[in-house]
Amino acid sequence: MVPEGVSLTGLSAAQLAAKLAAEEVSSREAVDAHLDRIAATDGGTPDGDVWAAPPADELGPDHVHAFLRVTAQAARDHADDIDRRRVAGEELGPLAGVPLALKDVLTMRGAPTTCGSKMLDGWIPPYDATVTELLREADIVVLGKTNMDEFAMGSSTENSAFGDTRNPWDLDRVPGGSSGGSAAAVAALQAPLSIGTDTGGSIRQPAALTGLVGAKPTYGTVSRRGLVAFASSLDQAGPFARTVEDAARLQTVIQRHDPRDSTSVTDRPPDLLEHLHDGVDGLRIGVVRELQGEGYEPGVEQTFQVALERFAALGAEIVEVSLPHAPYGLPAYYLIAPSECSSNLARFDGVRYGNRVDAPTAEEMNAATRAAGFGPEVKRRIMIGTHALSSGYYDAYYLQASKVRTLIAQDFRAAFETADVLVSPTSPSVAFGLATKTADPIAMYLNDVATVPASLAGIPALSLPAGLAEAPDAPGSALPVGLQVMAPLLRDDLMYRAAWAFEQDLDFAPLPTGPRAVGGAA
Amino acid sequence: MSLSADEVRHVARLARLALSDDEVTDLAPQLSGILGYAEQVGEVAAEDVTPTVHPFAPQDVTRPDDPRPSLPREDILASAPEVEQDRFAVPRIVAEEG
Repeated sequence: MVPEGVSLTGLSAAQLAAKLAAEEVSSREAVDAHLDRIAATDGGTPDGDVWAAPPADELGPDHVHAFLRVTAQAARDHADDIDRRRVAGEELGPLAGVPLALKDVLTMRGAPTTCGSKMLDGWIPPYDATVTELLREADIVVLGKTNMDEFAMGSSTENSAFGDTRNPWDLDRVPGGSSGGSAAAVAALQAPLSIGTDTGGSIRQPAALTGLVGAKPTYGTVSRRGLVAFASSLDQAGPFARTVEDAARLQTVIQRHDPRDSTSVTDRPPDLLEHLHDGVDGLRIGVVRELQGEGYEPGVEQTFQVALERFAALGAEIVEVSLPHAPYGLPAYYLIAPSECSSNLARFDGVRYGNRVDAPTAEEMNAATRAAGFGPEVKRRIMIGTHALSSGYYDAYYLQASKVRTLIAQDFRAAFETADVLVSPTSPSVAFGLATKTADPIAMYLNDVATVPASLAGIPALSLPAGLAEAPDAPGSALPVGLQVMAPLLRDDLMYRAAWAFEQDLDFAPLPTGPRAVGGAA
Repeated sequence: MSLSADEVRHVARLARLALSDDEVTDLAPQLSGILGYAEQVGEVAAEDVTPTVHPFAPQDVTRPDDPRPSLPREDILASAPEVEQDRFAVPRIVAEEG
């Protein structure tokens, strides 16, 4: 049932899909309603075929700025085509006609892909990412490309070359990152679904900070082809949604073996929807000793403890588990990810794509192009990675970190012998203020402390809302807190099942509230 | 470890990044701080541990060796900053002979 007074933008993807299938509403109407919502809340000028967000210095204080580019006409055309085929009796997929926002790190033929970087400003990719192909095959309508930390490096979306994205719950705070635009779009009701990418927490942490469900699937189950690479052994695309079921449905669409991605695996998790509603009675839920305590805000800790009581009341067995090497996860990550970044980003050399700064010799041209094209955080990580991989340092840094990675994966395997799924807070803090952590790289990196271990082990992990808590710097505030659920490799189904049971019990309303929440009726 | 300004310039050369003097000044303490933090991995005894680069054991994936079209050349060259005779064009790589 559609609640009284809730317009099309307030519906979950499943609710909207049901209305579309019943022909109570057309895909074109759904797309237009979301384009109107974007125009009202995001800034930018919705004229013409595509519209680009305004320059960073022209962004208003009440704008979310989730999108870098809205491909309005292409979305309308796609919706019209779906509507025609539905009327003609063609069998369509379960999410056909539902709009979606796509992170600007995945290519979409004919529209610019910037990765939030000046380096790629103006680049139009000649092919669709496999994820984009699968979305189109499912007749999901892409509304546009969302803002992100440059090349997915960051935890606040403040590293974008095209301005900050703001948190719909409090427009003076960050939405998390690096997939902050995809998170903010769904939280601001600009789209019921979006795609982000997660290397060390870049889906889960923004989901936590914006009151959404965001999942990193088992590594290798979603193709990386057309996902501009940051750290190839960790990067994985996944869904954002306002409900657990919506996220499971979207993940189902994008997970498929891809012969064009050499790290794609042929295995699939069991059906994500079949046992979604089975509950947690008798399920063993492991609390990770190392992923709580010092460094976590009191409001986050308290909300997490209440979440454990809720799981217990639902019949789950709460057990304590230890991941002894988890404290080394973040240091290992900040060697592995920059090392792979320095190698991957070598391709931006001013020769085959992207921008060029002219210079007399090829080497000077490469160096000048990269100096002008990359922002400070990307330069820092390239430098760390280049140093860590350079002669004499490889064994102590990248190799040692890769061994720690093995030990963390072993810790998880041992923990999953006594627990079916593991839980922790997703992020040590609620959404923090714009510009409060940009001066201290390590303070920013600590956002990933609870999400990085699952990334290193490749296991599936999601964040879902656990409730609201006060920010330490704003007495009386109420901001979303994320609960992380982790499952063994290829048991994404179990992760969703535990999350669904918790979600039904909590009855969290994913509609931003508060004095600085995004304006306008849903 | 602590990186000196000269070491930062050396790494920047390896990374093909033309850093300004101000950037070098800023980066030296930042990189030293990050590396100091990351060096905690050295506390773990891991001599006999096999490193992990992919969470799954390596799989051999094969496909039929059927010829398929690649992307059209003009689509690829359209992205390039400079093209000459259907090729990517770059500034001089080898110095002129004296």
